Amino acid sequence: MSEVQKDRSMVIQKDMIAEHYRQLEAAPETGDPVVYTFVPGNLTELIRSFGALPVLPEINALQSGMRGKSRDYILEAERSGHSEDVCTYVKCDIGMLQSGNIGPTGTRLPKPDLLLLSYTGCYTFMKWFELLREQYDCPTVFLQIPYQGDGTLAPEHRQYVVDQLKAEVIPALEKATGRKYDEERVRHYLSLSAQAEEDLVAVLHSAKRKPSPIDAYFGAVYYVGPIFSAFRGTEEGVAYYRELRKEVEERVARGEGPVTPSGTLNDQKYRLVVEGPPNWTSFREFWQMFTDEQAVVVASTYSKVGGVYDFGFRHDPKDPLGTMADYCGGCYTNLNLPSRIDMLASYIKDYAADGFLIHSIKSCNSFSAGQLMMLREVERRTGLPGAFIESDLVDPRYFSAANIRNRLESYLQMIEARRQGRPA
Amino acid sequence: MSARAAIVDWARACYEDLRFSEARRWLEGGKGRKACGHLPVYAPRELVHASGMLPVGIYGGGDMLEIIRGDAFYQSYICHLPRSVVELAQSGRLDFLSGVLFPSTCDVIRNLSGMWKVLYPGLYVRYLDLPQVPDPGLATRFWKKELQTLVHDLGEVSGAPADEATLRASLGVFNEMRQLIRELYRARREAPWRVPSEELYLLLRAGEVVPVEAWLEKTRGYLKAAERDAAPIKDRSRVVVVGAFCEQPPLGLIKTIERAGCYIVDDDFLLGNRLLSREVPLAGDPLTNLAEALVRHAVKTSVLYEPNPEGKKALMKERVEAAGADGIIFAAASFCDPALLDRPMLRAGAEAHGIPCIAFKYAENSGQFQQFREQAGTFADAIKLWGGISA
Repeated sequence: MSEVQKDRSMVIQKDMIAEHYRQLEAAPETGDPVVYTFVPGNLTELIRSFGALPVLPEINALQSGMRGKSRDYILEAERSGHSEDVCTYVKCDIGMLQSGNIGPTGTRLPKPDLLLLSYTGCYTFMKWFELLREQYDCPTVFLQIPYQGDGTLAPEHRQYVVDQLKAEVIPALEKATGRKYDEERVRHYLSLSAQAEEDLVAVLHSAKRKPSPIDAYFGAVYYVGPIFSAFRGTEEGVAYYRELRKEVEERVARGEGPVTPSGTLNDQKYRLVVEGPPNWTSFREFWQMFTDEQAVVVASTYSKVGGVYDFGFRHDPKDPLGTMADYCGGCYTNLNLPSRIDMLASYIKDYAADGFLIHSIKSCNSFSAGQLMMLREVERRTGLPGAFIESDLVDPRYFSAANIRNRLESYLQMIEARRQGRPA
Repeated sequence: MSARAAIVDWARACYEDLRFSEARRWLEGGKGRKACGHLPVYAPRELVHASGMLPVGIYGGGDMLEIIRGDAFYQSYICHLPRSVVELAQSGRLDFLSGVLFPSTCDVIRNLSGMWKVLYPGLYVRYLDLPQVPDPGLATRFWKKELQTLVHDLGEVSGAPADEATLRASLGVFNEMRQLIRELYRARREAPWRVPSEELYLLLRAGEVVPVEAWLEKTRGYLKAAERDAAPIKDRSRVVVVGAFCEQPPLGLIKTIERAGCYIVDDDFLLGNRLLSREVPLAGDPLTNLAEALVRHAVKTSVLYEPNPEGKKALMKERVEAAGADGIIFAAASFCDPALLDRPMLRAGAEAHGIPCIAFKYAENSGQFQQFREQAGTFADAIKLWGGISA
């Protein structure tokens, strides 16, 4: 097997993640408090301002999926009564916990001092932490982020989030960590976030070029890793995004495409927009299918699940709590379907895409419910045909490589036929 | 035909009528009348009523509707309810509605609200984010503001904005409805041989689609007749059916459970109609009172956050004891996140208290009941042989 090729930034990120897990493993000895929370609506700057380390269960689950561990964890959870119908992230996490709570990098995960249930864009989050609460003897604090049912975060909804931060979340963090709220520290971290966000957006926007220097789905999974997890608002995060931007700008200068697992994709035949999370258990194989067809993804919605920055939002240190409310409210899965359709249609136009593809996830209703209507609506608005493929997040039983490859190839052939004026 | 049989027949006709004829007749009965639908689980129907409109619960087509268009909107791994709701709409059966409310039951219903906005741009569509935070002050302020917005919007839709007097009157009417529903449940709990669950369920379904005033009259008549009933007591096990609060089981499944040797003495069917466990006070500000009623007095359900870490562990024991039940049947719709994610916690809590449990999944259009009959029958026999709750 040929050696997998990686960007410099990927290597840096790998070290950052490994170091974070090492810190987590050492937390019982160092006394660092640990706060579990979720990727959408994560309040990393606030958590860090109390000297606490964040743990994000979805990240653990997807990492377990990528490292071939999720299948056994899911089976373990199903053996203990969890339904085959529900979110496989949850079952992977529960199974990991029941199997000794060894994290994906092989280090033991510490118990939480606080479960910060940021209820943002996903119903399952509520049940997930109710389930985890049964396993850990620790407090839980609930932060309700109103859904943007009418397409905006209404002023009263924003205020509701701010009120909860003041009355519930900050006091809970103070109690769990033994530290007082330090707004100046939060402002500082938020200013670091804004710097990193600026560089991330420059990277994402670079896909408007031809050839695109990035893959905005498979590659972007790595690009958003630090900012979606433990490193938003940190110096390491700022340094990572500075380096990533530089790396991408160098590729632009050289006229190169993204580094894929099998090499640089310079000759890009198809530019695609993708909706929905990737499959993690066969991530590299999935990516390779696109590379084999010389298809590059120029924009994706999944890379906005932990925050939408490419339409102008930046964390604002001048209004710490308000900006956290805006951030949480604006995460992708907290947007209603018309807004998601708008986003897809604008990506297709702005990034000069040849088509779009929906990857529907069996066990994620937050994304999946309504995607068939989104497909038709985006087709109607853009005049482009879309493709629809299905698998799962971390349950390998639902990844059918042959089926997905067939659909992808058929779809790209259809695009090719349309280009040549032949009936598809 | 007895008065009771006539009422049950009326309720059955309401349940089976996927054209919503009763609602349509009501609309034709007065100039400018309008109706507003809502999805499960809980919507403040009082506000629709106070705005001069008919609230209509939308619970899909059960096993009576062939899905032709709805399947084109949903993948196979999403529950059945939304596809039959879409089928009802796409086939014109919901064309009498001027608005639809989508409560925060789960992500499927949440996303359905967005689909409605795209598919029916001329209709009033609102997603109702129920209050979830444990702090009652914060939750009440949030929910009251949501209710204010809803009242305002519904007034614009109906052209007859609610005022304090109409709001108070509607709170009173729906208090009566909830009280009567509790009476139905009490009557069944005390003498389930007199109030078969099939009949209770049909009455609840009728209550979702007819004017509340008409329902009150019919249900009072039913209760009076049921109390005089001399039906024989049968040797059955008493069970609580848990998890069927959103997508409803087919009527045949409810009948099957009882025919298999169980008396259903408590359940989650159409839970929204009795989610508020106490009467909403009529004195004072109506919206504050309605908001507080949900925040402070909602029954425990999978669609609301449980702030008490011991709550899930204790809930099944509390319900079984309150119902005088012997065991629990966990019956959830396939792919129902709220019910299926809650089930391990609830079941563990039940079993820790020695409560016998079984679990199965259904879809609203399940047509084969043999497996359910065998499961429920074996369960009922096991309870008879080895006893029910043991601790």
